[in-house]
Amino acid sequence: MRKNVIFRGKLLPLLLLSPQLAITIVFFFWPAGQAIWSSLLREDAFGLSRQFVGLENFAEVLADPTWRGAAGNTAIFAFSVAILAISAALLLAVQADKSIRGSGAYKTLLIWPYAVAPAIAAVLWLFLFHPQIGLIGRALNAAQIAWDYRLNGGQAMLLVIIASAWKQVSYNFIFFLAGLQSIPRSVLEAAAIDGARPMRRFWTVVFPLLSPTTFFLLTVNLVYAFFDTFGVIHALTQGGPAKATETLIYKVYVDGVENLNLGASAAQSVILMAIVIAMTAVQFRFIERKVHY
Amino acid sequence: MATLTLSGIRKSFGATTVLHGIDLDIAEGEMVVIVGASGCGKSTLLRITAGLETPTAGTVRIGGRDVTPLEPADRDIALVFQNYALYPHMTVFDNMAYGLKIRRMPREEIRRRVEEAATLLGIAPLLHRRPRELSGGQRQRVAMGRAIVREPKLFLFDEPLSNLDAKLRVQMRAEIRRLQRRLGVTSLFVTHDQVEAMTLGDRLVVMNQGRAAQVATPMEIFANPADTYVAGFIGSPTMNLLRATLAEGGGAATLAAGGSIPLDRPRPGPAGRALVVGIRPEHVTLGGSLPMAVELVEPLGSETVLHGTLPGGEAMTVRVQGPAPAHGGTLPVSLVEPLHIFDAETGRRL
Repeated sequence: MRKNVIFRGKLLPLLLLSPQLAITIVFFFWPAGQAIWSSLLREDAFGLSRQFVGLENFAEVLADPTWRGAAGNTAIFAFSVAILAISAALLLAVQADKSIRGSGAYKTLLIWPYAVAPAIAAVLWLFLFHPQIGLIGRALNAAQIAWDYRLNGGQAMLLVIIASAWKQVSYNFIFFLAGLQSIPRSVLEAAAIDGARPMRRFWTVVFPLLSPTTFFLLTVNLVYAFFDTFGVIHALTQGGPAKATETLIYKVYVDGVENLNLGASAAQSVILMAIVIAMTAVQFRFIERKVHY
Repeated sequence: MATLTLSGIRKSFGATTVLHGIDLDIAEGEMVVIVGASGCGKSTLLRITAGLETPTAGTVRIGGRDVTPLEPADRDIALVFQNYALYPHMTVFDNMAYGLKIRRMPREEIRRRVEEAATLLGIAPLLHRRPRELSGGQRQRVAMGRAIVREPKLFLFDEPLSNLDAKLRVQMRAEIRRLQRRLGVTSLFVTHDQVEAMTLGDRLVVMNQGRAAQVATPMEIFANPADTYVAGFIGSPTMNLLRATLAEGGGAATLAAGGSIPLDRPRPGPAGRALVVGIRPEHVTLGGSLPMAVELVEPLGSETVLHGTLPGGEAMTVRVQGPAPAHGGTLPVSLVEPLHIFDAETGRRL
């Protein structure tokens, strides 16, 4: 039912595309170009002088042990967030897909966290896990568990992972729910008649049929963890203690905005840009080939 | 192979009762077809037999064992779905082997059974394809194959042919019948298509609004329909049903369209008892005292179907061999036999 319209000239199609092109150019290509240009320069903190240094900024960043530390943190952080958010959402979606009383309300409520701004979400978690004023934080300490994410790097990482994953669960939930609802009932009934118990039905029929959704969400969640979790980290730990929760995106901010090392910061964001482009490319190639059935 | 006994099956969804107590006995190796219009409860009855729905009351016995509380998995049955319900992410081989793998059958045995079934169904070259690479007819065969490799006690078919085109449907119909005879598996087949029902079933269950209107062999149902619903449902074109009243003495009926016809045997009741007289279009004879105003002529080659109305305004269909007889808009017809006499109030056969 696809209708391809053939335009005679080039003017009209360009005119029709121009709003989208303008937005892409102004909000993506221009700042991206600026970042690439800045990454090749060395600038003093007051912006009075600048000097072209080629790829020197990149060499310095890649050799910097704190950057490598941040890269390691990011890998742990991003994969933990993605796996936690995806598995929690899948569990919730499978439960919500059952015909239960009040499933409509349940589904609506599960979508709410997505509407909460990252910083607000972080503050909610802070109020839960703060060692002195947090409900759970106090309970943990009362139970003789030395909980203080401001001192313990591992605990700080755990907290930012949980807070970031929590925000993403809703998004994943919607996709999984839609995916589950598109699986024909009769296929599941056929599996039941073939003798498969619910757990087995899930792992041999439902989960494979959801794999395109899962793979898409994996990429989206990784990109989210890479780029959109600045607010959560900033409100909860500011990258601390002792850089334990400093991810690549947070380090871009620290080096660029706080330390005013603009060249190094720009080089880092160019590296990040390359990473996300690579991830998206892999996602598209992969989803077209392997995961489809 | 086993017997299937349904006793007193009732099913209600909230306030709506869809099955009002169905009793059915199926002998070993028998193929019974449940036929009825959509919404008559036939699919619900099949799903209750499969264990996909729980009956509100009544029991299901397979091979004498009460399976009513059991899950579908524990009933040792196979169901062929209308939309085939193949596993889209598995190859044809894996689709057929799935149930066997769950039963932890040895690999060699699985391979042997799947290949045997695939050869039987003519899908052996397709074993490595995915369902989306198959045509409708091929998918249908895979769904059949998945059912037969399990060697279940009972085959259930839920309108498996209705998604196929007309030609393929006739072909698959014959194939299912041959296969069922050859394997000798007790089968329950649901359809809304009366031709399918007549050709496939050892016996038919004609369902009407949650009740079994008649359970009998196809020819018995055709020759002696139990009520006006069955009479109108089985046979194509459908039986003519005409209003009439019982004449004094019960030996004749007076048609509302005019004229009197003698009955093969006297029917009880007072004179003037309201009746419905049924006659199949092929049993109406040309020439006689009933003038039929012809409205539509359908030539079908070897025969012709004429549609018209009788003086009272009742519809009448006549089927004649060969081309349409010459007529000047009106054709005299007469009803001789076999006549089917029903009570007009209850619809039951008299």
